Amino acid sequence: MASLKDLKNRIESVKSTQKITKAMQMVAAAKLRRAQEAAEAARPYAQRMAAVMANLSTAMAGTPGASPLLVGTGKTDTYLLVVMTADRGLCGGFNTNIVKKARERITTLQAEGKDVKLICVGKKGGDQLKRQFAKLIVERMDLSGEKTITGATSGKVGEKIRFMFENGEFDVCELVSAEFESVISQKPRAKVLIPAKDAIDEGVERPDLAGAVYEAEPDEEVILNTLLPRYADTVILSALLENVAGEMGAKMAAMDNATRNAGELIDKLNLVYNRTRQAQITTELTEIISGAEAL
Amino acid sequence: MADKLHFDLVSPERRLFAGDVDQVVVPGEEGDFGVLPNHAPFMSVIRPGAIAVLNDGSTERTFIHGGFAEVTPAGLTILAEEAIAVADIDADKLAQDLSDAREDVATAKDEEEREHAEALVAKYEAMQAVLAN
Repeated sequence: MASLKDLKNRIESVKSTQKITKAMQMVAAAKLRRAQEAAEAARPYAQRMAAVMANLSTAMAGTPGASPLLVGTGKTDTYLLVVMTADRGLCGGFNTNIVKKARERITTLQAEGKDVKLICVGKKGGDQLKRQFAKLIVERMDLSGEKTITGATSGKVGEKIRFMFENGEFDVCELVSAEFESVISQKPRAKVLIPAKDAIDEGVERPDLAGAVYEAEPDEEVILNTLLPRYADTVILSALLENVAGEMGAKMAAMDNATRNAGELIDKLNLVYNRTRQAQITTELTEIISGAEAL
Repeated sequence: MADKLHFDLVSPERRLFAGDVDQVVVPGEEGDFGVLPNHAPFMSVIRPGAIAVLNDGSTERTFIHGGFAEVTPAGLTILAEEAIAVADIDADKLAQDLSDAREDVATAKDEEEREHAEALVAKYEAMQAVLAN
């Protein structure tokens, strides 16, 4: 049986762990609020961008000169999955769930006979995926250098993807990231980024033009071609922002649990400690009494 | 009451302006254009420069770098890469930034670096042009 001193040490150690998890929870809560605000602030731009793209793409998709970013390369042989995770752990199943989703997607695609390439944004995803799919990873980016996610961050990711696309390294690009549903629920999902047409056609509200036709300046093709890369960046940016919010939400929940568990453990250990102490006193008393009786 | 134009100015990070105004003058790729209420549907790429928002007799100018304007029956939307109110531009700092950027162009080690620096020079020059008038 553990001695009293051991128990005391143990209780102290659990107490300090609890202090740490509590602090981490509070930090996560503060960061969550900021991340949520950032994600919300970016939403109008993304929505507007999607609406504009929807209008243009309908007009342009049928024409032969349409950008491959919009309509794709006409093949679906090689897939590029951009897996977005957090840079840090200690946020429950957040990273694992995203990686699991990515793994599922990779396996399905490979079963269909497609080539798969991976870009891992965020440290944790790369760490987990390299065990099984090290050969598929073409690039790993971590964001630990960036304090806040801005257009510049997503621009870097977007540039890399476009560069690969222009070199014909893949046909279809999908983002795997967490959708921020609420503080306690983040759902991993895969979303098509290139060809953009498929993504745009899904549930975007088109403004009612009342039958009028857009006039465009310089012309629609030029506009579309300047806009497409920017659209991709915007989608990446909002995915990144949502991911940060999701990470913080998951971390908050995980740390809340940890704090509660630590509390329970402390209660239990205290009970054992008191019982052991009582037992020791009783034993000592019995020894003294029986000693006195023997005299 | 005269009609008002609904105007949204959004950048990737946040919404900068949303409200009803009298008129907005936008520097389009192929020349400035003014947008009044009930403008026909129209879209244009924006060249770096200042938009002027006219409302109730006052004019507010905002520097826009890289962006896109869309007019729908619902109003005008400007998607700007970067936006800063002209009143907030610091002329001294701008001059400093510009000379720094020019220096960078001169000392750039490779093509990519130079392109980046040149883009900055172009942007700062556009900002100065806006300040000048």
